Amino acid sequence: MGKIKIKRANTTIDMTAMCDVSFLLLTFFILTATARQPEPLPVDMPASTVQIKVPDTNLGTLTVGDGGKVFFGVTGPNVRINMLNRISEKYGITFTDDEKQRFSLIDAFGVPISRLKDLIAMDNTQRIAKGVQPGIPADSTDNQLREWVLAARLATAEVNDQQMRVAIKGDAEEDYPAIKKVIDVLQEQSLNKFSLITNLRVAD
Amino acid sequence: MAELNTGKKSSPRVDLTAMVDLAFLLITFFMLTTSISKPYAMDVAMPDKTEEDSQDQLDVADNRTITLLLGSDNKIEYYMGLLDSPIEGPTVVDYGKNGIRPILLEKIKQVPQITGDPEKGLIVIIRPSDKANYKNLVDILDEMKIVDAKQYMIGDIGSAEVELLTRENIYN
Repeated sequence: MGKIKIKRANTTIDMTAMCDVSFLLLTFFILTATARQPEPLPVDMPASTVQIKVPDTNLGTLTVGDGGKVFFGVTGPNVRINMLNRISEKYGITFTDDEKQRFSLIDAFGVPISRLKDLIAMDNTQRIAKGVQPGIPADSTDNQLREWVLAARLATAEVNDQQMRVAIKGDAEEDYPAIKKVIDVLQEQSLNKFSLITNLRVAD
Repeated sequence: MAELNTGKKSSPRVDLTAMVDLAFLLITFFMLTTSISKPYAMDVAMPDKTEEDSQDQLDVADNRTITLLLGSDNKIEYYMGLLDSPIEGPTVVDYGKNGIRPILLEKIKQVPQITGDPEKGLIVIIRPSDKANYKNLVDILDEMKIVDAKQYMIGDIGSAEVELLTRENIYN
């Protein structure tokens, strides 16, 4: 007698190849990853068609946003320590070696010199909280921004034996006078060439 | 008799589903935390401020200069030559492809013909007002790159020009 045989479909799929591919991709991403640092002052950069990448080294970045707040950061831990030494000499504030070490890990900051110690004592998540950092004063009476930029330039020249490049990273909605103020600080030091950091504009 | 049960061979297959799940989770994580798009740098050179020498001041013919005043509401006002006796304008235009670009392109072509010297091309003077924003500045500098303007500079705006912008209602 004919027996009806129901053939069970095999539901297991061979995952080996998929597993191989996914681990390959994973390895690629781990090796190429440079973790995105949380920025203390997030800005929405304007777009342009230029296609020159921002350099990674010997770069001082002035971030302008949130109604004229100015933040400053320079690349390289050794440069940062050297810069801090110069500033501490200038303003007569001494920092311990531990504080210098901690400062060398801060990418960008925006506090008056009087509050720098507090900032160094904070941890990373506290630093990026909104409203903690009011920006570096750049008024004509108390132009700390000028001192920082100058110290960073001297430090870069001493540590890396190279000229520091300056880049301005401004928010698209920022009013021109706020940007102008920063440009004036640079021009006072005869720094007439600098870069504006932008996103890429896709066809116009 | 004792019988060794060698009948069924156990399959060496391992269930990889969980492993693949985990791998993709990690891929997703690394993709999102990696900054793939590096920002771009637009180089700007400002005119030197320390002018001790009046000899450095170069007189240029009026018919070679075009002045762009950046006002509010993403508008530009431009004029050729001097403000008191403009050769052309002042006219209010927009940014971008249908605004300032065709005008600049036309002038770049025209000016060497007027001066009769291919070396003496158009000079663009950019004067952002206090009501312009940073995006406007980047846009106009980008426009210089697009139309390939050889000579351009960023200058300060004067009170007469602010008045002009106010009159055109693009200074608010």
